[in-house]
Amino acid sequence: MIWSKNETLSRAEMEALQLERLKETVFRVYEKVEPYRRKMDEAGIKPEDITSLSDLSRLPFVTKQDLRDNYPFGLFAVPKTDLLRIHASSGTTGKPTVVGYTKGDMDTWTECVSRIACAGGASAEDVAQICFGYGMFTGALGLHYGLENIGATIVPSSTGNSEKQIMYMKDFGTTLLVATPSYALRLAEVAREIGVDPKTDLNVKIGLVGSELLTDAMREEMHRCWGDDMLITSNYGMSELMGPGVSGECEYMCGMHINEDFFIPEIINPETGEVLPEGEWGELVITCIKKEALPLIRYRTRDITRLHYEKCKCGRTTVRMENLSGRSDDMLKIRGVNVFPSQIEEVVLSVDGLGPHYEIVVERDGYADKLTIRVELATATDSFKELERIEKEIKSKLRVVLGLDAKIQLESPNTLARFEGKAKRVRDLRNGV
Amino acid sequence: MTAKQLSVFIENRRGRLGEVLKVLKDNNVNILSMSLADTTEYGLLRLIVNAPDHGRDVLLSAGFSSMITDILIVKVPHVAGSLQEILTIVAENNIDIEYMYGLSVEANDATIVVKTNELKRACEVLKKNKIDTMTEEEIEAL
Repeated sequence: MIWSKNETLSRAEMEALQLERLKETVFRVYEKVEPYRRKMDEAGIKPEDITSLSDLSRLPFVTKQDLRDNYPFGLFAVPKTDLLRIHASSGTTGKPTVVGYTKGDMDTWTECVSRIACAGGASAEDVAQICFGYGMFTGALGLHYGLENIGATIVPSSTGNSEKQIMYMKDFGTTLLVATPSYALRLAEVAREIGVDPKTDLNVKIGLVGSELLTDAMREEMHRCWGDDMLITSNYGMSELMGPGVSGECEYMCGMHINEDFFIPEIINPETGEVLPEGEWGELVITCIKKEALPLIRYRTRDITRLHYEKCKCGRTTVRMENLSGRSDDMLKIRGVNVFPSQIEEVVLSVDGLGPHYEIVVERDGYADKLTIRVELATATDSFKELERIEKEIKSKLRVVLGLDAKIQLESPNTLARFEGKAKRVRDLRNGV
Repeated sequence: MTAKQLSVFIENRRGRLGEVLKVLKDNNVNILSMSLADTTEYGLLRLIVNAPDHGRDVLLSAGFSSMITDILIVKVPHVAGSLQEILTIVAENNIDIEYMYGLSVEANDATIVVKTNELKRACEVLKKNKIDTMTEEEIEAL
């Protein structure tokens, strides 16, 4: 089901709406947000210079560093008394990034997530178990309000206590799971440990996964664990922009539909900042055109993707962003080669005999980088030949994909850490890279 | 007659073998013979125990990658050259041995554990040549 008629506007209608909202936002931001006014003045551009959508590229970027420099409320366009909610990122390095919502923002957020949930197959009939951590993280509450809005029954079970999560699923008849892909796999593993087969003993038919990359291999692995008939879609967002609800896949799974009447996407060359033509890979930059509290303009997401404008089979006309090939922040540089953890994940999941969990360890060995991939054996063996086959297969596939030699470390099942939120798959032990 | 061997994958890390042995001890599984083959990174521990299925179950639930492998336990007379004679017969029948190790049962008798990918034919060949093997029941009773 398509939630809003704004998801099916013609390109001309959409662009007209975007331009109107963009102009309004730029005027407002110039007036109310002093640090951004300074940036615009330095760039020699005034709000009235924005007369078409292509003028967007003349505006200065906003980065995560700008949010940190103006911690906590420096980029807000409304007085604090207008806020209904504050969220923050975990801020593992330095200060967290703080985001706020007015009443209008809360409504926008709910609207955006409702659309994404519908695109992912959710309806009022569903019992939706939200296994994202509730708290300062936007994921759980974002999905919560959107799913509630479409009439689904919410089970706000948060993360942790995985055995109890399985019990809820069974006893409450959960039909829809919200989780990171890695936690969804972990839950299936726990279910089997306590004698529950997710495919036959549970009725979870829809997976709305996010906050982590969903690679094709991970999706296949989820199907293996949860059943082939489960509709698994990924959705995208980040707290700086709003939280979940920026974009999400429909049942055709050919990219995530962006809620373009709220967010204008651009793709840029991350090194030069230059806007790239349609269909090219680059860094996603988003301009919020309907936000009140924190209307970020040309926010650099650090996520690498590309855009598709052709109309989708589902009937939506909104632009689709391809599932991320990686986050430029997650990119590792190993012996001069750019490596995305998702590339390694694809390889690990394609090898028979291995579980879906892995860890990437990068160390300094003299002047060279040493890459080790730790993987878990899924099926027991009595044969060195088989163990060697596994090692050789990963190694040669990595060589094809990355052009790098890696050391493979085979581990017993359940050795590697399991994650309830975003999985931390990389340990970079190099100093001062 | 074939018998069961308990095979366990262990990482080459300090204390790891001890962890496996502790699980077996805590569950009262007695080891009759063992072989440990290793590379620099990991090893395969192969055990003849009094209760192989139970041993595998307790190791699996303790998080070890373990399985049952069917093997032959061949009785070898305590006389010089007897092992060589057996191996000659095996080789003449085009049967490959993947690995083998000793299992001492009594002072007057020796046995070897043999893994081959042609278990059934190996059994027949040994039987035809009047070479005894031990049954699971005999192992259990040890």
